[in-house]
Amino acid sequence: MDYRNTLTTCTYCGCGCNFFLESLDGRLTGTIPCKTSPVNEGKLCIKGWNVHQFVQSEKRLTKPLLRKNGELVEVSWDEALNFVASGLKAAKSASGADSIGFFASAKVTNEENYLMQKFARAAVGTNNIDHCARL
Amino acid sequence: MTNAMSEIEDADTIFIIGSNTATSHPLVATRIFRAIEKGARVLVADPRKNQIAAFADLYVRHRPGTDVALLNGMMKVILDKGLEDKAFIAENTEEFDAFKKLIDGVSLDEVSQITGVLLEDIHTLAEIYAKADKASIVYCMGITQHTNGVNNVKSLANLSMLTGNIGKYATGVNPLRGQNNVQGACDMGGLPNVYTGYQPVTLGAANKKFAEAWGVNELPTKIGLTIPEMLHGIEKDEVRALWIMGENPVVSDPDANHVVKALEKVELLIVQDIFLTPTARLAHVVLPGVSFAEKDGTFSNTERRVTRVRKAVEPVGEARQDWWIIQEISNRFGFKMDYASPEAIFKEIASLTPSYGGITYERLEGPGLQWPCPSLEHPGTPFLHKDGKFTRGKGLFHAIDYKPSAELVDDEYPFCMTTGRIYAHYHTGTMTRNSKALDFEAPEGFLEINPADAKALDVLDGHRVKIASRRGEIETRIMITERVEKGVVFMPFHFEEANVNKLTNPAYDPIAKIPELKVCAVKLEKVS
Repeated sequence: MDYRNTLTTCTYCGCGCNFFLESLDGRLTGTIPCKTSPVNEGKLCIKGWNVHQFVQSEKRLTKPLLRKNGELVEVSWDEALNFVASGLKAAKSASGADSIGFFASAKVTNEENYLMQKFARAAVGTNNIDHCARL
Repeated sequence: MTNAMSEIEDADTIFIIGSNTATSHPLVATRIFRAIEKGARVLVADPRKNQIAAFADLYVRHRPGTDVALLNGMMKVILDKGLEDKAFIAENTEEFDAFKKLIDGVSLDEVSQITGVLLEDIHTLAEIYAKADKASIVYCMGITQHTNGVNNVKSLANLSMLTGNIGKYATGVNPLRGQNNVQGACDMGGLPNVYTGYQPVTLGAANKKFAEAWGVNELPTKIGLTIPEMLHGIEKDEVRALWIMGENPVVSDPDANHVVKALEKVELLIVQDIFLTPTARLAHVVLPGVSFAEKDGTFSNTERRVTRVRKAVEPVGEARQDWWIIQEISNRFGFKMDYASPEAIFKEIASLTPSYGGITYERLEGPGLQWPCPSLEHPGTPFLHKDGKFTRGKGLFHAIDYKPSAELVDDEYPFCMTTGRIYAHYHTGTMTRNSKALDFEAPEGFLEINPADAKALDVLDGHRVKIASRRGEIETRIMITERVEKGVVFMPFHFEEANVNKLTNPAYDPIAKIPELKVCAVKLEKVS
């Protein structure tokens, strides 16, 4: 049996509470609040206590999907990534960099947001990037 | 937030306006409860009598969208009674005279009429706040999601500067950020006008610095489009491709029918998410990213604290790290990226962002660091604007007049609709509705309605009603409650099958471009 506790930060509201995610043999089993966190000092709300539950939901997306004949069908990563890259290239050459828009996310990490705006600005050449700060 | 979350419990007065703190930020509410135990006075102003209002020394119910009027009324009382902090104003602020001239012209009777708040309550609010030694304002989207959102925020800044309640421990203006990494997404330049750390994209030193660091000859200097502008751009055939990472605009954005039309029209829609959301269902290609529990990185919370996110389990199926997906697409697009890990990306961020300059993964092994943290020796910054030293130099007073919301009730649409969250769910429900325990708490949406209005409509608790605005209609069950006053109804926006954002008004603030999600006019009809 492989039992682990991993200290991390909550994905819900802006409080950013810290807790340990409990896992047993690679499956999440529970959430334990972090007592030494200056943010939550060992407490959590109802969403925090149950935050492990959605992670391994059966409804999670597990494969890239591509629309073919009107339907989203499972494809390989190679096919999906090439489709995106060539689609963006085609849009840029047909109607310019500012014809492409990006929604960054309050749900992903700083590093991932940084990378998306770098791609939009340096690779594509547009400042059309925003996220749901206003929503 | 200008202060750390933990400081709130040492404030002696807390003024909460437009924040359903106990529901939306429970661990901030904990600090408020502790402050109450230590003797703090709590003032709550909100159109909806939310949970935290039950703990207030004074609760006032102002009409939705009348925040500027209420705050100007409070400031009128403060100036009339000479309760302002004259020394703070003289030393640390500018443009006070123009502001004072406007406030001098405010009529308290008119304020009371516009807001529906009793004159004596306006006096009490003003006096308690102004006489406090350490007063902290707490606000959230009830202040910002208005066509007057920027004016609302500036009015709170006026109030804090007028009384010198800023720039001290436990004393300041504290907007609560609604999403765990919305602070970080802003800090990282996920905005159309700035790079990381709010460095402007327009021609200047920052533009040159980033071009050099990223190895390109030039970077675009034209400010980009915001989300509502991108959606309009699709209609006008100006935006042809859209890459949406971890967002669900079909449920979160105003006038949802309109959003769907735009997303159906765009020639290339790329959606990167962990669930097949209503937005992902419209995509041409869907890229499965990973949840917070399956990745390494950092988040920045509402008090500007950067903390570590650590991978607890392997990703499900063939889901891939979101940074890996962007890097792969960039390489195939022809722009080389070669990061080995999130830490490698973070090092680049720190090297280009003065406020993050002193942060490393190693230093984040403890409780995290609050930016600005410009050097490796810097301990981080728990509260901003120390000793009245503002980022821009002097604190700027703004003379702001009350303006009504964009859409007011009339004979055809007689109810004022406002929206928000409930305790068991988060945002568009993508995650919480896939959590068994939380779904059990609240499996479906509802409309809060005052008992008098329910009686007039001849409906009982649990009955279904049709709700229509000028933009769409939905159906849901009702919950009869005095949390809302007569003429005002409330709906949570977590539930796609009763998507209140089909009704909300996309009119937005001219500066912040934030839509007026908190006020629109609707009509109700009993469903037999």
